[in-house]
Amino acid sequence: MLILRQKTTLVNKTGGWRTFVPKFYKEKCIDCGSCHLYCPDSAIKRISEREYEINLDYCKGCGICSNECPTKAIEMILEEK
Amino acid sequence: MEYVKCRGKCVANCSAVRCFTFRRESKKYLVKDDLFLSGHRACQGCGATIAIRHVLKVAGRNCIIVQPTGCMEVVSTQYPETSWLVPYIHVAFENAAAVASGISRALKVKGIKAKPIVIAGDGGTVDIGLQSLSGMLERDENVLYICYDNEAYMNTGIQRSGSTPLFAATTTTPSGKLSKGEDRPKKDIAKIAIAHDIKYVATANVAFPLDFMKKVEKALKISGAAFIHILTPCPPGWRIPESKSIEIARLAVDTCMWILYEYENGKYKINYLPTVKKPVKEYLLLQGRFKHLDEKDIETIQKLVDKRYEELLKLAEITIQE
Repeated sequence: MLILRQKTTLVNKTGGWRTFVPKFYKEKCIDCGSCHLYCPDSAIKRISEREYEINLDYCKGCGICSNECPTKAIEMILEEK
Repeated sequence: MEYVKCRGKCVANCSAVRCFTFRRESKKYLVKDDLFLSGHRACQGCGATIAIRHVLKVAGRNCIIVQPTGCMEVVSTQYPETSWLVPYIHVAFENAAAVASGISRALKVKGIKAKPIVIAGDGGTVDIGLQSLSGMLERDENVLYICYDNEAYMNTGIQRSGSTPLFAATTTTPSGKLSKGEDRPKKDIAKIAIAHDIKYVATANVAFPLDFMKKVEKALKISGAAFIHILTPCPPGWRIPESKSIEIARLAVDTCMWILYEYENGKYKINYLPTVKKPVKEYLLLQGRFKHLDEKDIETIQKLVDKRYEELLKLAEITIQE
């Protein structure tokens, strides 16, 4: 019975760990996919061409995407809660 | 559309003008849904979780993951939750390769075409799990063994392992007046795997995802044992900022601290050599664990790196991938 109640870690919203929040600028994006490939939290998904969605429920705000983006289409800004 | 100057991040050696290759080749890995879910408790900027995502992008659902205790097991499978959407078994430190051998034999009897993948940390590979790994490689079982190397026992609080590099400060080899951190060089596990004369051994780096995913793809196709050693930075353990973990992993390749090579059917092949070999100083001084080093120590490390670099160049026929 206990095993049947097993869940995925999606119940664990890690967005609360964050200090800096990524902001995505579509017009600068060249669709290279670096942000998606380098995200440790599987929080960045490619929806369509040059359109990426950042899931802020799980983004821990590490800033790898912003650091790796070749055109600086993602910016980290201090989050106000 | 404007293309930007490539910073040499993909293994396709396109640093000359504009990065077409990365854009073209990364496309097929972008659309797939991740089989490693969000919400795991890895630290911010963890390198090893990125490597796991790359493995699962290639392996798909048709695999069985075997994991000994280690960072990735601790963060992803806290009871009653799991981050994995593929079959998963957690085993003790010592016997990951032995369990995977058993699984591969059972799959063979049942006639199921799948390959067990062991994803183990450096402690579970080079120290505690070495005897079962050696047995598995020697019997040439149909298993892919991936060692993600963060160069210490990170989940218990940064204790030294056999894989900790020379002069790195950890909590059990602290730096101070009497000690300069770790006193022995890193154990070269890829070399040990090659000594078993198996079909496929490769080293990879988390900053080079296309190269790593190609290597996993190749290793999964081989029937028999395969071993991949991947460097994954650990921000708290290496004392680096979270956002820089990929940048520092890339520097490891640019300074030849970490050389990307394959050993296939008795032949060495170097996949990527930087056009300009940077001094190791650039890589070391960015990290808090090497902060205490003086010029003389850096010179010692540089000599070690150069020696290994020359050794590999002699072994390999240099072919840089197009």
